[in-house]
Amino acid sequence: MGIYKTEPLKCWGKAKELRLGVYEGIKKARDNGTMIVAGGTESAIALPAGFDMDFLGGEPYGASCAFAGIQDPSWNRGLMEASEAASYPRDMCAYMRIGIGSLLSDKFVFGGKYPVPTFNLQTHICDTHGKWYQIMSDIEGVPYNCVDYVPYEWETENESEESKRLKRVYMKDQMLDVIDWMEKVSGKKFDDEKFINAVNWECESTSLWAQCCMVNQAIPAVMDEKMMYSLYIIAVLMRQQKAAVEFYKVLLDELKDRAARGIAAFENEKFRMIHDSQPPWHNLQIFRYLEQFGAVSIGAHYSFSLSGGWAYDKEQDKYLPAKAPKEAGVTLKTREEACDWYSEWLLAYQTLLRSLRYSGRGKHKRIQDIIDNWKIDGMMIHLNRGCEGTAVGQMELRRYLADRGIPALTYEGNLADVREFDLERTIDKIDTFMETVGLTKIAK
Amino acid sequence: MIEDFKKIYENRHNYMKAWKAKNPDWKVLGYMCSYMPEEILYAAKVLPIRWLGGHEPQNVTEPHIMGMFCPFCRDVLAQGLLGKYDYCDAIGITHTCKHINQAYESMILHRGVDHFFIPTPSKMQDKQALPYYAGILKIFKEQLENWTGKKITEDDLKRGIAIVDENRRLMRQVYETRKADNPPISGLDSMYMVTASQMYDKQEVNKIIADVIKNELPGRKAKNDPGIRLMILGSEDDDTAFINMVENCGSSLVIDDHCTGSRYFWNTTEPGNDLMSVIADRYLKRPPCPIKDMPNRTRIPHIQGLAKEWNVAGAIVIQQKFCDPHELDKVAIVNGLKAVDVPTLYLEFDVTVPIGPFRIRVEAFLETLGSEDLF
Ligand code: SF4
Ligand code: SF4
Repeated sequence: MGIYKTEPLKCWGKAKELRLGVYEGIKKARDNGTMIVAGGTESAIALPAGFDMDFLGGEPYGASCAFAGIQDPSWNRGLMEASEAASYPRDMCAYMRIGIGSLLSDKFVFGGKYPVPTFNLQTHICDTHGKWYQIMSDIEGVPYNCVDYVPYEWETENESEESKRLKRVYMKDQMLDVIDWMEKVSGKKFDDEKFINAVNWECESTSLWAQCCMVNQAIPAVMDEKMMYSLYIIAVLMRQQKAAVEFYKVLLDELKDRAARGIAAFENEKFRMIHDSQPPWHNLQIFRYLEQFGAVSIGAHYSFSLSGGWAYDKEQDKYLPAKAPKEAGVTLKTREEACDWYSEWLLAYQTLLRSLRYSGRGKHKRIQDIIDNWKIDGMMIHLNRGCEGTAVGQMELRRYLADRGIPALTYEGNLADVREFDLERTIDKIDTFMETVGLTKIAK
Repeated sequence: MIEDFKKIYENRHNYMKAWKAKNPDWKVLGYMCSYMPEEILYAAKVLPIRWLGGHEPQNVTEPHIMGMFCPFCRDVLAQGLLGKYDYCDAIGITHTCKHINQAYESMILHRGVDHFFIPTPSKMQDKQALPYYAGILKIFKEQLENWTGKKITEDDLKRGIAIVDENRRLMRQVYETRKADNPPISGLDSMYMVTASQMYDKQEVNKIIADVIKNELPGRKAKNDPGIRLMILGSEDDDTAFINMVENCGSSLVIDDHCTGSRYFWNTTEPGNDLMSVIADRYLKRPPCPIKDMPNRTRIPHIQGLAKEWNVAGAIVIQQKFCDPHELDKVAIVNGLKAVDVPTLYLEFDVTVPIGPFRIRVEAFLETLGSEDLF
C-alpha cells in the first residue's frame, strides 16, 4: 500500500487517439497527394493552418522514432547511420538527424514512405532550427521559408518596450510575407478565418496546458512527468486545433478533481523532482527507477513550457498561465491582428523557446520559480548531447543549484541517439544521488 | 611593416594596455563575434576589440560549458575567466550562436562585467530585417550613450563609419593583390592583418596597412614558389600554427571565407541618410555566417566566386569541433565546391590542433591536387 491513492487518468485513451490521428492524417495526405506542410513543431504552426493541410513536426517525429527504437533499436540507429553516411555530422541535433535519415532512407516510422511535404516552413530559434529545414528542402527539392524568431528577453534583463515593439513588428511582418509566399508556392488560397481560429485555439490550448501544470503544485502531484509526455504532446502536435482545446478543458477538470480528492500520480511520492531538457526518449524507464526510492519527477521547464503559455506577473513575481485572446477580452478580426497577437504570444509567453535563445540568469529565475511553487526537493539535469538548444546554460544551472544547496543530479545522454546513452551508468548516478539525499529503495 | 600585424596579434594585451594608458578618454569593449557593429562603438569613443582564444590547454571552463560546445567558445571564456582581458570595460555580443552566448553568459555570471547584447536578426535576407535591425542599433546607441555619459552625434557616427570602412577598403585592397600568380603576402600574414585589425585600434592599423600597400607589397613575393593555390574556409580560425604548416607544405592560402578573414571586412557601408539604417544594411549584406544564411543559400555562390576569382586548386574546409553552425552547412558547401571542380579537405579543429597528423592529411591532399595536373 502506498502513501496516497492513485488511479488511471480517464482521458488517457483520448490523448492516444488524438496523437495517432495526427499521423494517420499525414499518412492519408501522403497517399492522396493532398497538402502536407513540414517544419519544427515549435514553429508557428497556426500559420499554415489557413490552408487545409496536415502538419508534420520534426521534433515529435524524432521523439517517436527514438521511442520506436525501444522495440527495435536498429530502426532508430539505421536512420542515424543513413544521415551520417550522407556526411551529416554525428554531433548535430539528433531530431534533425533522424529527419534527414528518415527522408534519405525513405521510411516513415508510422508506416510506408517518408511523406515529402508541399513546402517546409520553420521558425528560427536555436542555431539549428532554420538550417534544419533548409537541408530538408535541399534534399526534397521543395520550397522553403522561415520566420526569424527573436524572443523577448527574460524579465531579469529589463528589456525596453521599444525593443519588444521592434521584435513584435519584425515577426508580424515576416508572418504576413510568409502567408503571401505560401499562397504562391502552393497555388492555394489562404483562408483568414481558418487562420484566426487557429491562432485563438493555439493560444487557448497552450494556456490550458499551463493551467494543467499549475494543478500539479498539489501534494501529491496529480501527474508525473512521464504521464505529462503523453498529455503535453497534444499541444505539441495540434495546439492550433479546436480538438486540442477541448481535450485540455476535459483534462483540466479531471486534474482539478484528482487534486481535490488527493489522487496521486505516484502513490509513494516522498521526494519531488523536476527534470531539465528533453528526456532520453529511448530510455524513459529511468523515471520509473526514481520511483523505487519514493522520488518522482513532476515536471520540467521543458514539459511545462514547450506546450504552455506562461506570463510573468511582476506583482506576484511568478509565472502564471498566460491569457488567451478571448480571456484577455480581445477579438481578432483580421489577418494582421492575428499575426500581431500571435507574435506577441510567441515572443512573450513561450518561455521554453526563450531559454533556447538566452541561457543563464533568466532561466535560473524560471527554474527557481518552479522549485518554489511546485515545492521541489531536487533536480535531475539531462546533459543532452542531442539538443544544443536546451543544453545551453545547463552547466551554469548546475552551479546555480549547488550554490543554493538544492540537490541536483546530472547525467549525460542524448534525447534521440541511443548510442550516446549509458543506462547502467545513469542508474549508478541515480543510486549515488539517492544516497546523498538520504533515500533508500522502498521495500516491495 | 607586414611584421607589425604579427606583433600586434602576438602581443595583443600589451598593445592594448599601452593604448589604454594613452587614451584615457576612451573605453574598451571586448566582443566575441564579428557581427559587432563597430562603427557605433568608434563613434562613442569605445574601442571594440575582438576576443580570440589563447590556443593553450586550460582547465577553467569545464564547470561552465558542456563538453559538446565548440573549443573556440571555451577558449575565449577561459581567457576571460583567467583575467587576460581585464582591461576591457565591458563585453558585448550580437545574437550569433548558442556557444558564444554561453561564453558571454558565464562571463557575466562569474566576472560581473558590464555587458551589451544586441539581438541581431538571423534571417538577414528578409526585407523586414532592415527596419528591425536599424531600430535595434538605435537602442544600442542609446545604451552606449547612457554608459559613457556622452551623446553620440551624427558627426561622431560619420567618423565611426569612416574609420571602419577605411579598414575594410584597405584589407580588400590587400586581398586583391593575392590574385596574382605569385601573391605578395602570405595567407598567414593576411590572417595576422585581419586579426590585428580586430584586436587593436583600427586607426593605428589602418596606417600600417596603407603603408604596407604603398611601400611593401609592390614587387614583393611572399614566397619564391607559391606552390598549389588553396582556399580556406569555415568556423572561426586564427590557428596560425596550422596556417603556417599548410603554407610550408608546398601551397599558398590565397583566399578565405572566415570571420577572422574576408567575411569580416568584405563589404563597406553604402551611402544613405539614416545612419542607423546605413550601418544595419552593411551587416545584413555582408557575406553571412551559416546561421544567417537562410532561407536561400547565398554562401555557396559567394564561395564559388572566391574560388574562381582567386583561382584555387582546392579548398580546406575547417570546422571547430562541435560548431553546429558550420556543421549545418558542411554538406552544402562541400557539394557547392565540388560542383565547380574544387576538391575539399575537411578538418576538425580543437583549441590546439595536432600539427603532425594534420600535416600528413594536408600533404596527402596536396598530392592528389598535384597529381591531377599530371593526367
Ligand atoms: S532546440 Fe534542440 S531539438 Fe530543437 S532544433 Fe534546436 S537542437 Fe534540435
Ligand atoms: S566556432 Fe561555431 S559554434 Fe563556435 S563560436 Fe564560432 S560559430 Fe559558434
